[in-house]
Amino acid sequence: MTASAALVVDPVTGLAHMFSHPFIRSAFLGGTGIAVASGLVGYFVVLRSQVFSGDALSHVAVTGALGALAAGIDVAFGLYGACVVVAIGLALLGARGRADDTVIGSVFAWILGLGALFLTIYTTSSSGVDATSGISVLFGSIFGLSSGRAVADATVGLGIAVGVVAIARPLLFASVDDAVASARGVPVRALGFVFLVLVGVTAAAATQAVGALLLLGLLATPAGAAQRLTARPFVAFALSAAIAVGSTWVGLVVSYAAPTVPPSFGILAAAVGCYVVAWSATLGRARAHGAVRG
Amino acid sequence: MTVLGAGTGGLTWDLGQDVRELLSQHFMVNAFRAGTIVAVLAGAIGWFMVLRRQTFAGHTLAVISFPGAAGAILAGVSASFGYFGAAIAGALVIAAVPRSTSGQARSQESAVIGTVQAFALACGALFVSLYGGFLNSLVGLLFGTFLGISDTQVTTLLVVATAALVVLGAIARPLFFATVDPDVARARGVPVRLVSTVFLVLLGGAAAEVSQVTGALLVFALLVMPAAAAQRLTARPGLGVGLTVVFGIVTVWSGLGMAYFSVYPVGFFVTTVGFAIYVLAWAWALVAARLARRPMLEAAVVR
Repeated sequence: MTASAALVVDPVTGLAHMFSHPFIRSAFLGGTGIAVASGLVGYFVVLRSQVFSGDALSHVAVTGALGALAAGIDVAFGLYGACVVVAIGLALLGARGRADDTVIGSVFAWILGLGALFLTIYTTSSSGVDATSGISVLFGSIFGLSSGRAVADATVGLGIAVGVVAIARPLLFASVDDAVASARGVPVRALGFVFLVLVGVTAAAATQAVGALLLLGLLATPAGAAQRLTARPFVAFALSAAIAVGSTWVGLVVSYAAPTVPPSFGILAAAVGCYVVAWSATLGRARAHGAVRG
Repeated sequence: MTVLGAGTGGLTWDLGQDVRELLSQHFMVNAFRAGTIVAVLAGAIGWFMVLRRQTFAGHTLAVISFPGAAGAILAGVSASFGYFGAAIAGALVIAAVPRSTSGQARSQESAVIGTVQAFALACGALFVSLYGGFLNSLVGLLFGTFLGISDTQVTTLLVVATAALVVLGAIARPLFFATVDPDVARARGVPVRLVSTVFLVLLGGAAAEVSQVTGALLVFALLVMPAAAAQRLTARPGLGVGLTVVFGIVTVWSGLGMAYFSVYPVGFFVTTVGFAIYVLAWAWALVAARLARRPMLEAAVVR
């Protein structure tokens, strides 16, 4: 019996059978950690209108990974190194820890150009290598996570989540009204800096799971949906993480049941579904309130 | 692949000799022709894109033509339909979100753009998985190449670019007004929403046409870098667009020239030259502002 048929006919046994596969357990463990981190970080990314920075960091991750491949070192080293360095750079470039979008665009177009260079060096220096390892960096391979990697990803995700929750209150104040926040003694600039580094670490961790091109969906989509559903900050903060985790689980199950569907697509389709529902649910309310709620 | 490495004669000390060797190859002549058209088109549109702070939308429109192409190939229709269909659909979705400078609306706008981009790319992953294969051209789609451009492609590119520039010229004045001060423009009867939508569709269409030839990375680089550099230097529209086009052409020509005599990809050289021009423009604007003891030039550019 095929996996999809088993899940439909007898969900309980089907799910139990699904979790008997080690690669599924790893995918759920690592995916959940990354989803929690992305959902929490994503809330502030959307609130601070820094989705483009997240986009830039996800592309930087590609260059970092390709650079590590070209240099023959561990890919994770390249990912984290590149993302954190560029996050610090973006924070330094922008006033109050937020860079101008043309600056971000120019910087990351050039970094992608470097990625093209590294890809060439990698594919020409080592014979018999094709471009597919570069492709897996782009689209992720969550079903390929080893159990050690999954534990590491879950730990990193948990660490990021703890970090964001720890700075959530002052960061919220600084994001909503930075002038008043700095007058009240909140270290606005330092918070923006710490936050971008957290986004960088999230980008690096998520690239291995969902791929650099799709990380943006985990950052922007659950948070955008949560902010449409509620105006209360901490409810939206938690809801964003919940939607991210839920989408990840749904996506993994769908992809397991239908192997031609890549897990990245399943995860993002679930998240986008949430967003569309949230949008249509709040459309009438937003109209009544004049489109913009405080 | 994106490797040129065709400079068999190697680089000599005689610049004229090198240029003659470059232009003796028909594919290089076509690369220069296509590159020049792309630089002019991307420069003119990019100047408005940077002024309107729509770099993120521009990047999204530059990459989402890839899933469109993958979907079209899967459906068995011409890839061109997919390129244009995806880019124009994406432009309309982004345009449907009201633009506003207020916090909540701005953050929702960026969330929508991010969602559109990520979902489109996820669809691309799905189409690639359903179709099987196609992966090698994916690298070309993303990182780009200027090689193997046929005479027909150059002609098509020229026609599309001319049409796009005519439309841009037609909406240039109201677009500029609507960008600089949307409220006053609206009060004066400028159809701000319509003009913004037409601009996004134009941006998407141009990105779709150009990325078929050069790949998404180079489209985005040529949209943003020359325009960003020019706006560091001048706030005057005519001069700004002119400078942008000049920077774009310099970037493409020198990038292609260097790539011809090296084994490394065109994308690397073009983006590096573009970034160098941007950094120099930035430094120049800083020095000029310091010398003149007045607010930085960029402060004169509207918000």
